[in-house]
Amino acid sequence: MAHDHHHDHDHDHSELPEMDLRVRALESLLVEKGYVDPAALDIIIDTYENKVGPQNGARVVAKAWSDPEFKKWLLDDGSAAIVSLGYSGRQGEHMDVVENTDDVHNMVVCTLCSCYPWSVLGLPPVWYKSAPYRSRAVIDPRGVLAEFGVSIAEDKEVRVWDSTAEMRYLVLPQRPDGTEGWSEEQLAALVTRDSMIGTGLALSPDQVPA
Amino acid sequence: MNGPQDMGGLQGYGPVNAEPNEPIFHADWEKKAMALTVAMGFTGTWNIDRSRFARESLGPANYITWSYYKIWLSALEQLVKDYELASAEEIAQGKSVDAPAAVKRVLKAEDTPAALAKGGPVVRDKAGAPAFKPGDVVCARNFHPTGHTRLPRYLRSRQGVIHKARSAHVFPDTSARGEGEDPQWLYSVRFKATDLWGDEANPNDHVHVDCWEPYLERV
Repeated sequence: MAHDHHHDHDHDHSELPEMDLRVRALESLLVEKGYVDPAALDIIIDTYENKVGPQNGARVVAKAWSDPEFKKWLLDDGSAAIVSLGYSGRQGEHMDVVENTDDVHNMVVCTLCSCYPWSVLGLPPVWYKSAPYRSRAVIDPRGVLAEFGVSIAEDKEVRVWDSTAEMRYLVLPQRPDGTEGWSEEQLAALVTRDSMIGTGLALSPDQVPA
Repeated sequence: MNGPQDMGGLQGYGPVNAEPNEPIFHADWEKKAMALTVAMGFTGTWNIDRSRFARESLGPANYITWSYYKIWLSALEQLVKDYELASAEEIAQGKSVDAPAAVKRVLKAEDTPAALAKGGPVVRDKAGAPAFKPGDVVCARNFHPTGHTRLPRYLRSRQGVIHKARSAHVFPDTSARGEGEDPQWLYSVRFKATDLWGDEANPNDHVHVDCWEPYLERV
């Protein structure tokens, strides 16, 4: 088997022929054995490629920004409040929503693997699953945040959530100034994926294309 | 296992490289590796803890150099062999030789959307009461099991405070060994960054980690 000389879990096109062949062989075998329905595979792929993604989480955040009752519910019982918007399922069964405030900035990692709230953010980006992020998020969170262009005041708490169990975390970012009276749909456009992981902030109105 | 997966606090891996406008998958084989892993999980032959342990056990050099979905595919191949759903020769050839093994269920296309939406909750009923309550000072145990565990090394022997008592959850350490779910109380534990990393850390910063009761001792 050829060795890869890359690091950082980057995708590497030299893997392609080998991996392509191995996946095809395994798929053929598992289908032939009757363990896997090939049409189910297509549905799984379509679900995570096209249906589930950070647009879900953005709607959760926008509603929390707009509706104080919903926000309270979301922070008390994230699982139930999120399911009420229709977002449920794998890797989102048990949700804890953590709120950014003037005093606390939250940031989520999984140092042991790649735990991530699929139901609201979709599949994780490569960097979230990579050794640099997983190793440093807990020991040097401010250094990691700086690489994402986020600077947190020295006297403000950075609170890192290491997803070691089946609890999944969604960061509720702070609502940007200058958005009074905005609709939930307008607000959702300010909510980036990274702002819900905690490696970013919500966009300000002037960062959104008109 | 003190394996390559336990990355918290390691140094030398360099900066975080976020790819702008990253696609969800970088190649078609990645899609299939993900979908096959999910579909085979639904057969109920192994659980999520066992599949994590399979990924942790691929060898340290492989774990830190292989791409994410190469790890997933390699672990899936290993699980299929370990549980005798197919032989190494069959996997290499992509062709069935022996009769299939019996699996508990097969995920059919028509059931897939509902199955994905349902997921696999791990909260379980448990008699009795949790040993700790919010505010209690606890110490993460100093243990080094050779099997699967979800207590990162960087916490062992460190003191923290119970932030939140959660429900009883499936205990991954026994679950990964096929010794049953053995539900245990789960807690969110708050650790001071300076207790974990020394005086270099910002005294305002904390790490919150979910710990099962057997990972903790009262201080």
